[in-house]
Amino acid sequence: MWRIIHQFGSPKGFYDFSARLQPWFWAAAVLLLLTGSLWGLLYAPADYQQGDSFRIIYVHVPAALLAQSAFVGLAVAAVIFLVWKIKVADMAASVMAPFGAAMTFVALFSGAVWGVPTWGTWWVWDARLTSMLILLFLFFGIIALRGAFTHRDSGSRAASVLAIVGVINIPIIKYSVEWWNTLHQPATFSVTERPSMPAEMWMPLLLMVLGFYCFFIALTLMRTRNEILRRESNKRWVRELVRGQ
Amino acid sequence: MHPKRKQKLFIILGLLSLAAIAIGLTLYALRSNVNLFFSPVQIADGDAPVGRQIRAGGMVKEGSVERDDENLDVVFTVTDYVDDLEVRYSGILPDLFREGQGVVVVGELSESGHFEANEVMAKHDENYMPKEVAEALEDSGYSPEDYGVKVEGAD
Repeated sequence: MWRIIHQFGSPKGFYDFSARLQPWFWAAAVLLLLTGSLWGLLYAPADYQQGDSFRIIYVHVPAALLAQSAFVGLAVAAVIFLVWKIKVADMAASVMAPFGAAMTFVALFSGAVWGVPTWGTWWVWDARLTSMLILLFLFFGIIALRGAFTHRDSGSRAASVLAIVGVINIPIIKYSVEWWNTLHQPATFSVTERPSMPAEMWMPLLLMVLGFYCFFIALTLMRTRNEILRRESNKRWVRELVRGQ
Repeated sequence: MHPKRKQKLFIILGLLSLAAIAIGLTLYALRSNVNLFFSPVQIADGDAPVGRQIRAGGMVKEGSVERDDENLDVVFTVTDYVDDLEVRYSGILPDLFREGQGVVVVGELSESGHFEANEVMAKHDENYMPKEVAEALEDSGYSPEDYGVKVEGAD
């Protein structure tokens, strides 16, 4: 058992293993995102109150979910890196942070665009919106902290600690709409309850969410592989790999 | 597990729980300030300051919206089904503003007890449905807000 984990955790092991996984996730991501967005934007019925502006949900909800998932991913990778000293985890964390920041921005921006016609304002300092903005700043902080050290290992450790402490913000984001009264409505999707919309509306949303996750995994695998090659460029197996091609 | 790794894991967990406690206590101390708006009950209890910019929120009471024919003035009642708050506003209302809909109003509470709003925001719920479904629900005597309740009742 430990041998398998160690093999997977070694840069070369991960490089070889992810090569086999990667094409499947890319294919699934393209397929799901294409079907989901066409279905959601063209065929799903318009909402009885909001009309067509409700379709922003097909970008807004997946982006917000991914932003939080990317942060949890960062924190998990940080623990693995700090405790077990697995370098691949740190490489994965370094490529997940910009993606998470981008997703947070997309969620905030699409939310602002959606807010204008429905709420009558593009921004309000309610708990959900503010905690999401803090998430964006946490991502920026992690990216900046990593780059602020001349010694790469110190940067990795500092960024890891910030990621672990920052993960406290995730339950705050999730429960902000229940703990406090906010302008933002409660969650549309939940694992335990039935969705608060009919199937022809939530099916494309589900496809979009899955598509975003596949895209996230595929992109992380690809960029981690690049990062492995960059950091291990003076190792023998990388040289042999390059010479062999 | 290697004792050194175990120690490190405990340090991380300790750090995380300390940070969680610190933030938890901060948010607990700030709890009333984190709330976006006062409800009519809180205003009736005198929790809200008079003559200062605050936000109030609740449902627009059915049949309470009175528009002026001459200008954009509108008077309506915001309720949380316990207490009512009269709101006066002059301006353009958001698309989703209607009776029975949640709103958040920004403005000042006047001495006489009504609310002078300078901004009205519509709050919408997490229920979405096509127009046909909403109409069918209304035809059968339900309001669209009952959608979740009705579906659960059908189980």
